[in-house]
Parts: sequence; C-alpha cells; structure tokens
Amino acid sequence: MISQNTNKDEAKRIIYSVNNLNLWYGKDQALKNLNFTIEENDVTAIIGPSGCGKSTFIKTLNRMIEIIPNVKTSGEIIYNDRNIFDSAFGVEELRTRVGMVFQKPNPFPKSIFENVVYGPKIHGIRNKKKLMEIAEVSLRNSALWDEVKDRLNSNAYGLSGGQQQRLCIARALAMEPEVLLMDEPTSALDPIATAKIEELIMELKKDYTIVIVTHSMQQAARISDKTAFFLMGELIELDKTKTIFTTPRDKRTEDYITGRFG
Amino acid sequence: MDKSMNVREVIKDNFNNKRHRGLEKFIPKIFLLAASLSVVTTVGIVCTLLFDAFKFFSRVPLREIFSTKLAPLSANPSFGILPLINATMITSLIAMCVAIPIGLTAALYLSEFASDGLRRILKPIMELLAGIPTIVYGFFAYSFVTPILMKLIPGLEAKNALSPGIVMGIMIIPMVASLSEDAMNSVPNAMREGAFALGSTKLEVAFKVVIPAAFSGIMASFVLGISRAVGETMIVAIASGSSKIFTFDITRSMQTMTAYIVEFTSGDAGSGTLGYYSLYAVGLILFVFTLLMNLLAQYITRKYREEY
Repeated sequence: MISQNTNKDEAKRIIYSVNNLNLWYGKDQALKNLNFTIEENDVTAIIGPSGCGKSTFIKTLNRMIEIIPNVKTSGEIIYNDRNIFDSAFGVEELRTRVGMVFQKPNPFPKSIFENVVYGPKIHGIRNKKKLMEIAEVSLRNSALWDEVKDRLNSNAYGLSGGQQQRLCIARALAMEPEVLLMDEPTSALDPIATAKIEELIMELKKDYTIVIVTHSMQQAARISDKTAFFLMGELIELDKTKTIFTTPRDKRTEDYITGRFG
Repeated sequence: MDKSMNVREVIKDNFNNKRHRGLEKFIPKIFLLAASLSVVTTVGIVCTLLFDAFKFFSRVPLREIFSTKLAPLSANPSFGILPLINATMITSLIAMCVAIPIGLTAALYLSEFASDGLRRILKPIMELLAGIPTIVYGFFAYSFVTPILMKLIPGLEAKNALSPGIVMGIMIIPMVASLSEDAMNSVPNAMREGAFALGSTKLEVAFKVVIPAAFSGIMASFVLGISRAVGETMIVAIASGSSKIFTFDITRSMQTMTAYIVEFTSGDAGSGTLGYYSLYAVGLILFVFTLLMNLLAQYITRKYREEY
C-alpha cells in the first residue's frame, strides 16, 4: 500500500524546487537554507508559530516579498525549470502564473465585475464578451457566481468578508494561473465562511497547485496533502500531512502539533 | 491619614468632590464659547456683506451689473461686474493649468515612487512653498516672471494676466500635491499588494488602483486649489494691474475681484458712495464663489469616497 502511494507521488510533476534559499530583512535572517519541493496539484500547507517565516516563504514564491525594502535573498527557486530570480524571468510574468490570496480580503474599490477582470484587462484583454466570459468562469470556479450574478456592477465592498475573499480568489483565477498561494486566507473569516473556502480549496486542487499558510493545524490536517513545519526560519519537516500529524520524525514538530509550544 | 490610604475611600471622596464636578460642567462651556466664536464671526461677516451689498444692488440696475462696462470713478459711473469675474476666472484657470498637472505628478511620485527617506525630505520642503507670504509671490511674478515672459512673448504688457496666473499656480502646487498625496497615501497597502500580485507594474498600480481609489481626495484638492486661486489677492493685485477691460487676451492687464477690492479700499472710494457699496457686492460674490467651491469639495469627498 505504502509503496503504491510513493509510486504515484513520484509520477507527479515538480512545480517548485527551492534550493538553499536564504532571506534577510536588512541584517535579520528570516529564512535559513531552505530546501523544498512542491508538486503539481498538491495542497501544501505551511504551519509554524508566528514569526517562523512561513508568510515570508510563501511571498518569496511569487517574489511579492521584494515589495518590502532591504530584502536580500540567496539560493534559487526553480519554477518549471526556470530560476525565478533570473533577471530574464520578469516578475510580472511570474505573478500572472502564480496567483496570490491574502490574509485579509483586499478587493479593489471597484465593481465585482471590474475586480475579477482587473488582471486580464491590464494584460491586454479588451473584448467585452471575452471579459464577461472570464468573469463568469472565474466566479463559478470560486463558488461565488450564484451569489453575485445579479449584482456584478455593484461595489465589491458590499459583499461579506467571506464573499470578498472568494472574490479575491476569483480575481486570481481569472489569470488562469498554475499555482495559487494563500497566506492565511481564512484568518479574518468566521467558521462558516472558512468552511466554504476550505471546500473551495478541495475543489480547486484538481486544477491548481496550492500552497497555503495557516495558523490552524486542524485546517492543515483537513485540506492539505503535504505539510511543512517551519520554526525560526528553518524548515523542520516536510512530509505527507498524515505522517506529520501521526508520526512526525522531529521532536519539535511533535511538540508543536500536540500543543506543547507555539 | 489612614483614610486617605484606602483606595475605595479615596475614589469615593473624589466622586463627591464638588470642585471637581463643577469643573466638569464649567470647562466644556468655555470650549463651546471658543467653538462658537468662529461661527459668530462668519455670520457677522455674511450679515455685513449682505446688508451693504443690498444697498448696492438696490441702486444699480441688474442689467448694468451684468454688463462688461466697469468704470466706477468716471463722471458717469458704470458698475458692470463681468470684467472682474472674467479676470478672476482667467487667472484661476491659468493657475490650475499649472497646479493640477504638476501637483498631481508630484503627489504620485512622492506617494508611489519615492523611497521613504526621500519622501521624508521632499514633502516638508514642498510644503515650505506654501508658507511663503503671497506678497513675495506677487513681487516674484512682477519682477522676475513677467520680464522673462516679455522676452518670450512680444507685446506682453508689463501688467498682465499670464504671469500672476502662472505664479499663483506655483503657489498652489504644494497644496494640490500635499492633499493629493495624503489621499493616495491613505489607500491601504493591501490594495497595492493585490494589484502587484496580479502582475501589475508600478505604473499600472498607480494609475489603475491608487488614483481611482484616491479619486475623491484628489478632486477635493483640485477644488480647494481653485478656491484658493479665486480668493488670492496680492499676486494679482501686484502683477495683473487694474485695467477694467473685458478681454480674453491673457497678455493684457486685467483686474480680478480681489484686486478691485484692494484698489478701492486703499482710499479711492468715499464712504456711502456707490463705489464704496460696490466693494461689498464684489465681496459677497467672492464669498459665495468660494463657499460654493468648498461645498463642492465636500460633496465630492462624500459622494466619491471609497470605503475600504
């Protein structure tokens, strides 16, 4: 049984391969010599106590971390055979392929429709019919279509927090990305909205590779295939979620998931 | 002594302290007085303006007021106000043509492109421009900008509308820039991050996300800038002169509403004459104008305010 699983895993394509990644904020090292692989159509959860570098790490995958001044990196992140730090790899291009959903829903102060088609629009799609089609598909895929189809032109801020977050997911999906990065996407939501987002993630993993940072270990256990445990900028353990939560190899992982610290 | 050490006792005493309670009631009344002072002053000014302006409007036929012939001191005086309104609008328009593009681009640069350190240096320096007395700007327009313009534009009169218009624009730049920058700065970073994460470039974030989100604040800064230009006095009084002609030729001298008031309060109009009352009429129109502008600014801010 176990060997069968392993075989199946090996057949999966590697989307991200992180090699010896170090990251500094000024003089403070936030990520230490990370080595990491992310496979196609997996949901990879990243857990760890506050300040362990999990948000920093996920933001490095689409280079959003570079918005912060004085960030330095070393090592490489191979995304589909190309190092994302290569100057030839445009950061904008990377971000159209790797979508991101943030901790707090951050729709633009525009209509629901304009929010979804923002990305396609700035990257050159002008045809109204095509944009409408993109909006509908993206909203259907983010399980929001039925709730908003009659008010696509009303302001996105009229939506509830959970709906706003699904709108932000739709906005990312509109770019037809390959990877979705989610940085604690449910931490600002109530349990019902959280359940909806989790359901959505289970649905989306059929078509997308998902990396999710979460503070909730139950969430990681419920929705992820792989779980990575970070501690003080280091990757302590990365394994199948089941393994991490039942038989972790490292004592520190065990202490964390059993609630002995963190 | 023992009693004063007991926390509950001290708190109880404090509640029963009459002086303390008296202050609680009395001091807010002083605050109210201070707050009402400016309201009372405003009402007083409006009443005075209305009262004396009424005397003017009741003596001069409306058809004369809305004519282009202004000759208050001639033997057969005429009080057409259109030359003054025209001059005010033209100089303000020139000023906004300078202030809006430069102010907005400066704000964009400071808010979206300058590093934190640079912004901390540049913004205060820019705001320093707003602290220069307007008489200095007037002098600057008359003795520096006009001679340069005269070399560029043959036939430009020594007093003209163009030069004070440009200098007023320069004076208003910091106001437009600073208020617009505040508006852009208050757009949450989360929104920029959202746009960057969709592969936007910096320019796209600035123009497609930040400006639309800060639209109300930016528009309000424009309107307040216009209101400032309309009310500006010294620059136009010095550099635009006092010819009361109705013209759209910006190379010629023309008198704005404010400059008219300056000229006539400097002693030419005897109290009780029509010329004297015309000052109040012009003042009233000016007041209504700036009031409308300020109301417009408030309306824009409320109507287009984005909630995020």
